[in-house]
Amino acid sequence: MAETVISIQNLDKTYDNGFTALDKVNLEINKGEIFALLGPNGAGKTTLIGSICGIVSPTGGHISVFGHDTIKEYKQTRARIGLVPQELTVDSFETVWNTVTFSRGLFGKKDNPAHIEDVLKRLSLFDKKDTQVRKLSGGMKRRVLIAKALAHEPDILFLDEPTAGVDVELRKSMWAQVRKLQETGVTIILTTHYLEEAEEMADRIGFISKGNLFMTEEKTSLMKKLGKKELVLELYNPLDCTPSSLDGFNLKLANDGYQIIYTYDPAMQDNGVVSLLDQLRGLGIKCKDFNTRQSSLEEIFIELVGQE
Amino acid sequence: MNIRGIAAIYKYEMHRAFRTIGQTIASPVLSTMLYFIVFGSAIGSRITDIDGVSYGAFIVPGLIMLTVLSQSVSNASFGIYFPRYSGTIYEILSAPLSFIEVIIGYVGGAASKSLIVATIVLITSSFFIDLNIAHPFWMLFFLIMTSVTFSMFGFIIGIIADGFEKLQIIPLLVITPLTFLGGSFYSINMLPEFWQKVSLLNPVVYLISGFRWSFYESADVAIHTSIIMILVFLSACIGIVAWIFKTGYRLRD
Ligand SMILES: Nc1ncnc2c1ncn2[C@@H]1O[C@H](COP(=O)(O)OP(=O)(O)OP(=O)(O)O)[C@@H](O)[C@H]1O
Ligand SMILES: [Mg+2]
Repeated sequence: MAETVISIQNLDKTYDNGFTALDKVNLEINKGEIFALLGPNGAGKTTLIGSICGIVSPTGGHISVFGHDTIKEYKQTRARIGLVPQELTVDSFETVWNTVTFSRGLFGKKDNPAHIEDVLKRLSLFDKKDTQVRKLSGGMKRRVLIAKALAHEPDILFLDEPTAGVDVELRKSMWAQVRKLQETGVTIILTTHYLEEAEEMADRIGFISKGNLFMTEEKTSLMKKLGKKELVLELYNPLDCTPSSLDGFNLKLANDGYQIIYTYDPAMQDNGVVSLLDQLRGLGIKCKDFNTRQSSLEEIFIELVGQE
Repeated sequence: MNIRGIAAIYKYEMHRAFRTIGQTIASPVLSTMLYFIVFGSAIGSRITDIDGVSYGAFIVPGLIMLTVLSQSVSNASFGIYFPRYSGTIYEILSAPLSFIEVIIGYVGGAASKSLIVATIVLITSSFFIDLNIAHPFWMLFFLIMTSVTFSMFGFIIGIIADGFEKLQIIPLLVITPLTFLGGSFYSINMLPEFWQKVSLLNPVVYLISGFRWSFYESADVAIHTSIIMILVFLSACIGIVAWIFKTGYRLRD
């Protein structure tokens, strides 16, 4: 059983204007995992992260980090957490080096230029170390924020939409960095709107909507459990409509009737594929080709959010 | 105590001062010199000595106090307001720092800057007049206490303000009139009796009076009263800050 590094119980947050952004959230984060928090805009992802990091004061519930309460023993908990905020909030007039060094000091760590240098090099920022932050591009600023969060060698790293506005190549390289961090034992919690990112990176995924964290699952079992498969049959002759005897299969026509699409659950014992093919042959509908594809996390996500 | 965290904020604030050296140091020095030339030399040459002190020398303590008050308030209020405005406050909030430690860093930085500016003004004015400081210890006492108290006041404004206008209007509407009417350029005794009484409601009168006493041993109010008053203001600011701390007012959502 993995060690729990963050434990959240019945967390509530109602903002001053009466808006409830988090509603009885329960969550445990395991040591060394990458946890992705998914949910539409305004779901409460940033609020949840803020509650753990000390940006937001929760209105109910408990959070403990490494066994310490985030309110009563905030010094112990915050010292071990690094936060990369969603907004590009940087100190425009400082140099990269100074702003990252400042972060380390803020967290009470002794100066360590070698570590700062290492962090900047890993994020390809070292050659910009004497540049004022305002003179950097958006993607570079994002990396400065990551460098700041890593300056004090945190055990837990929060990345609130780390790859928003970052180009594909850089995104891939950031994913690789995050993996490397994970290998050094850092626990990572990220939010993203790029589902491929969660699919690619995460060990576990949590779905949140309207302040309600309604599901957390291992990514692999999630894909297995919810991942629908589609069988696409290419026909010789187009159909106007699906034969009524096949209504039970819920078929869809596509490509002007030249394609039949059958969606099924691969986890089911009898997925109906064989019987569908048999019946089609019985009806004299000829197929020239077929293929199957697994639904992506994106489709799962849209389905889940739609249900909520 | 997160000493390194406090030092990081303090160093950052001092660094900001040197980055904007024009604003932080040059402009108060320049404006003080202008006051000095206009009130001290030009007009002052036609004014008789006050309590045996030449008018030029008489206004030096008041000018320094004027600078310290406005600098402390504007430095400290801007120092904490700007991170709130730009969003970089997230880092302070997520750091293992208590509210007290945050205050020490910001107020310490702002007060230090005021002290530096005060020293420069003092040195500048020594080129114009012969300065003698009767009680250096009490001079430093008033200078430091005033810098700290009003930096704390500025910090409070920086936390409460919800726009740049408010940030500027409070110093403009409150601090400037109080200092001008606080006896920088005249002795309270020169006023009609009624206005003398009214002046006693102005906290700045006690600061300037005490500070001037430390130079020339002449004061508008008893020195003990000045000392007690500055301690009262400091306690009041600490009290307000403690209240903000308890309510988490406007820093955390
Ligand atoms: N300071 C605040 N005062 C009042 N309501 C707020 C405040 N901050 C956030 N909210 C509201 O709380 C809800 C959750 O916001 P949050 O920023 O946590 O969403 P999110 O999941 O991070 O969204 P996004 O994907 O857009 O970043 C939103 O409806 C938002 O309007
Ligand atoms: Mg967000």
